[in-house]
Amino acid sequence: MSDHAVVDDLNHHNSPEEIKREVRVYLIVFFALAALTAVTVGSFYMLKSYPVSVAIGVALAIALVKGSLVAGYFMHLLSEKKLIYAVLILTVFFFFVLIWGPWQHHYSPFN
Amino acid sequence: MDAHAHAAEHEIEIPYATYPRPDTGLYNGKLGIWLFLASEVMLFGALFSSYILLRTGSINWPRGYTFLNIPLATANTFILIASSVTVVLAWANLRLGNLKLGRIFITITIACALLFLVNKGIEYRHEFVEGRSPSTNNFMALYFTLTGLHGLHVIGGIVVFAYFAGPGAKMWHTDRNRYTNRIEIAGLYWHFVDLVWIFLFPTLYLL
Repeated sequence: MSDHAVVDDLNHHNSPEEIKREVRVYLIVFFALAALTAVTVGSFYMLKSYPVSVAIGVALAIALVKGSLVAGYFMHLLSEKKLIYAVLILTVFFFFVLIWGPWQHHYSPFN
Repeated sequence: MDAHAHAAEHEIEIPYATYPRPDTGLYNGKLGIWLFLASEVMLFGALFSSYILLRTGSINWPRGYTFLNIPLATANTFILIASSVTVVLAWANLRLGNLKLGRIFITITIACALLFLVNKGIEYRHEFVEGRSPSTNNFMALYFTLTGLHGLHVIGGIVVFAYFAGPGAKMWHTDRNRYTNRIEIAGLYWHFVDLVWIFLFPTLYLL
């Protein structure tokens, strides 16, 4: 592997040492994601006798952790520019509106 | 003046295609892909919203785990996670100046994506053989719509990565930074495809 980093993108650290350190982090995240996938399936079999709301809560909590790892490290959101955070805050807000709509429709006392 | 020289003289350089704009701190392609991903969140969000509406409104909701292939879907989850890590390894190697390893990791990503689709094809075939189609019930309609739309995104990723591993890699010899940025952008898209599957898998197969 060449020791000369070629990309001069101001968004990232580009010394070969920094990049190699990043690669180690990527591999740790990969193993964490694989382990969490095994935990997802394992917890599904263990929680079969519990109410479905428990299984939903556990499965979605694990998925949220896995999603955060992908977004934070692979999509490097942990060290992004403010403009991208602004775009994502708007996106998350409207996403929750989409999810909240049917939820409140079902659980509303006025239905 | 020949036609080539004339065209070169009038060629307009696209600003901030490689280096960040001073005001945003981002090169334009990166901002573009994030805006696109925001619209993708809304697209899949609408379908997840439909899922909640139909499931909470249903008296009898079919449970995916009683008939869907959990081991195959679990394998597909591992495959997509592996493909996500190979994309970032490709990008890291390009930043280190190693095109050969970068292309190898892009090719492994494509192989993972193809394997994912083969597994999905096996699942779909099984469903149709068992007489389950999108018209069977709301669950199957959502299952095919969500996994089908996700599968289309996987196919899109394969096309993009095949281009960058093949003819698109010529750019490395003329503009390395821009080529590396393109892999970063394609990678961001690919991680999103992985992210969607991380939520689809428990939603459809386990709950």
